[in-house]
Amino acid sequence: MVDVTPEKVEYVGPAEVPEVDLYHAKTWWTKYVFSQDAKVIAIQYSGTAVAIGLVGLVLSWLMRLQLGFPEFFSFISPDLYLQFVTMHGMIMVIYLLTALFLGGFGNYLIPLMVGARDMVFPFVNMVSYWVYLLAVLVLVSSFFVPGGPTGAGWTLYPPQAILSGTPGSGAGIVLMLVSLALFIIGFTMGGLNYVVTVLQARTRGMTLMRLPLTVWGIFTATVLALLAFPALFVSAIMMTLDSVLGTSFFMPAIVEFGEQLQYGGGSPVLFQHLFWFFGHPEVYIVALPAFGIVSDLLSVHARRNIFGYRMMVWAIVGIGALSFVVWAHHMYVSGMNPYFGFFFATTTLIIAVPTALKVYNWTLTLWRGDIHLTLPMLFAIAFIITFVNGGITGLFLGNVVVDVPLSDTMFVVAHFHMVMGVAPILVVFGAVYHWFPLMTGRMLNQAMGQFHFWVTFLGAYLIYFPMHYLGFVGVPRRYWEIGETNFIPESAESLNAFITVAALVVGFAQVVFIYNILTSIFKGKISERNPWKATSLEWQTTTVPPGHGNFDDELPVVYRWAYSYSVPGTVDDYTPQNVHPDDVVKIAAEQGGD
Amino acid sequence: MDFFREISSKPWLESQVAIDDTHQGGAYTLPSVTIGLRIFLGVVTVLFSLTVVAYSDRMTLADWRPVPEPTLMWLNIVVLFASSVAMQWSVISARRGRTANVEIGMLVGGALALAFLAGQLLMVRQMNALGYFAPTNPALAFLYMLSAMHGVHLLGGLVAWGRTVMRIWGGHEAHQVRMSVELCAFYWHFLLVVWFLLFVWFSIT
Repeated sequence: MVDVTPEKVEYVGPAEVPEVDLYHAKTWWTKYVFSQDAKVIAIQYSGTAVAIGLVGLVLSWLMRLQLGFPEFFSFISPDLYLQFVTMHGMIMVIYLLTALFLGGFGNYLIPLMVGARDMVFPFVNMVSYWVYLLAVLVLVSSFFVPGGPTGAGWTLYPPQAILSGTPGSGAGIVLMLVSLALFIIGFTMGGLNYVVTVLQARTRGMTLMRLPLTVWGIFTATVLALLAFPALFVSAIMMTLDSVLGTSFFMPAIVEFGEQLQYGGGSPVLFQHLFWFFGHPEVYIVALPAFGIVSDLLSVHARRNIFGYRMMVWAIVGIGALSFVVWAHHMYVSGMNPYFGFFFATTTLIIAVPTALKVYNWTLTLWRGDIHLTLPMLFAIAFIITFVNGGITGLFLGNVVVDVPLSDTMFVVAHFHMVMGVAPILVVFGAVYHWFPLMTGRMLNQAMGQFHFWVTFLGAYLIYFPMHYLGFVGVPRRYWEIGETNFIPESAESLNAFITVAALVVGFAQVVFIYNILTSIFKGKISERNPWKATSLEWQTTTVPPGHGNFDDELPVVYRWAYSYSVPGTVDDYTPQNVHPDDVVKIAAEQGGD
Repeated sequence: MDFFREISSKPWLESQVAIDDTHQGGAYTLPSVTIGLRIFLGVVTVLFSLTVVAYSDRMTLADWRPVPEPTLMWLNIVVLFASSVAMQWSVISARRGRTANVEIGMLVGGALALAFLAGQLLMVRQMNALGYFAPTNPALAFLYMLSAMHGVHLLGGLVAWGRTVMRIWGGHEAHQVRMSVELCAFYWHFLLVVWFLLFVWFSIT
């Protein structure tokens, strides 16, 4: 392989974007509240996502307290427990992870990494955030309506979701569905921005294949979301109509408390198909940005170019495409045709191929790298380990004959928490430690960071490894209390208590993390301009944090890909994307590096 | 842009660097707003397609009873077609620099779109008066829902239409509003095609 850095090319003039394209805020309100600057919007998205995520975290503690010590917390009724389960799941998957990766990291990083001043439709981008906030508020409001929030489980399956035996089957489920519809409208506004900005607003020299993998991950995840969210939107509308107007899209003829309801003829399985047509791509809507970000963290902190960049791009695109043909592996026990089961089991195995390829490439990126065990690197390595663990149990559940006995057990809970809960969150943490200096000009406290990492990483395994065992012995998910069940050993009770203690400790570590962020914003050690010596454009701005418009009068010109680390023949072990090849040679010659 | 050719390139090779250094940034020569609209319409297409798939699935169940198409549906689609024609006339006028005609075309197109929406509401009232009511008939529930979804999209288009009309009234010339007029017309044509396909679908099922 020949690296491009020493190669001289003709001087390429800077591209200039007319200032008319950039919106300048005139008041405090338009600068910090109703801001059209993607960086401010990113922080708004992140702040809101973290706030609602903390609600989800507290709900998980309450669930764990009930499971671990079922006799102690009399205020947690079975109904309340189901409401905690439902709201925790939906909050974490949609309102935290999706919003954080796309609305948070997407908004902050895309314009900077592609060399643009802002998103292409800043006003629409601003509205996107406010609609998202409205969606969150509608969701939160369901805690305060009669009957409380829905307790139908995060999958919201009809008919039980809108039958009176289910908690929150009145206003609760309607508010959930309205909130989801609002979220999707808001996301679509943001998503159009992310996609068009990547396609159209790249700076000169920034080809698609010179983009950092972070951008590839967010871009592909956004395309997936734009195609998958309509399925959830349609099902939300249809179920709202079933609930409010009494239509029978999903509702079969049914008797409730001895009374024949007016419903008839609807198909609950149709809802399941629509839900999972969204739901499985949703896994990759969260995972692909994580894949992209972790690739960049590994490359920067191991001072090596990412192994197999081209394959990594193909794998991201391939996973994205395949994610639309695996949805029914979530429905093996719905009574589907066995041939369908065979088809979806096969596609599930196939999607493991590009996914495994990425894992190999991450590992090979580390091979003989100059590995710096910084916090972002620790979290990145922890992600690889956790993702592999969660992925392997996914192969269990993707197989029909294994899935059937494990369906609706704690094994499933353990699996998806490892693969799309813990693993992406580890990447979020790594990314925050990595980009915090860019966003604030200060470093996070390293001691608190180390505490946060080790407790979170090891604690997650103390929570979820035993949970697999619980699933194997048959402990069902979503049960308020196991009670006395012949086939479940008493040790399951003690294990549940142990898991609860571990979960509380891990939860405390997140409080330390939040404290670290809040104190470091004001009192953290002042960071260098490019503390990790990274090559991508977001670190090449003249000011840190980047100012309005991101770059100076002239946009950067890109001369190479984002992975020029440890290039032979250069003194520095990194060459930023926008350094002219002549300057690289000059620096090397001056310092005798050649 | 040839997407697959581009992602097959090897950015680390010298030969590729020479090519990549001449890249101007954008993937398409079209304006970003045009690309944004097209992607949005792609999302809307997925939305309607999935609803039609759900409709097809629901049709297979025992209680499905087709509903007759009232005459007003035929009239409504003619009105929507006329609205689209007026918008296209506005586009042609904008390209020829005839601001007065642009204004007339936009106003007629918008008025006809509003007439279409009113006609759709009237159709629902007629159906209810004939004794059809959504909860008892899934075909009718789908018809109402799809009509509402289509109508809401048209209302959204009317917001963009209103902004463009205001710009014309504010003294903007044809060449200044050409892009907005073209985008409005494109959106109108798209919604016409969607409603036409839905209409055919309702007729044959």
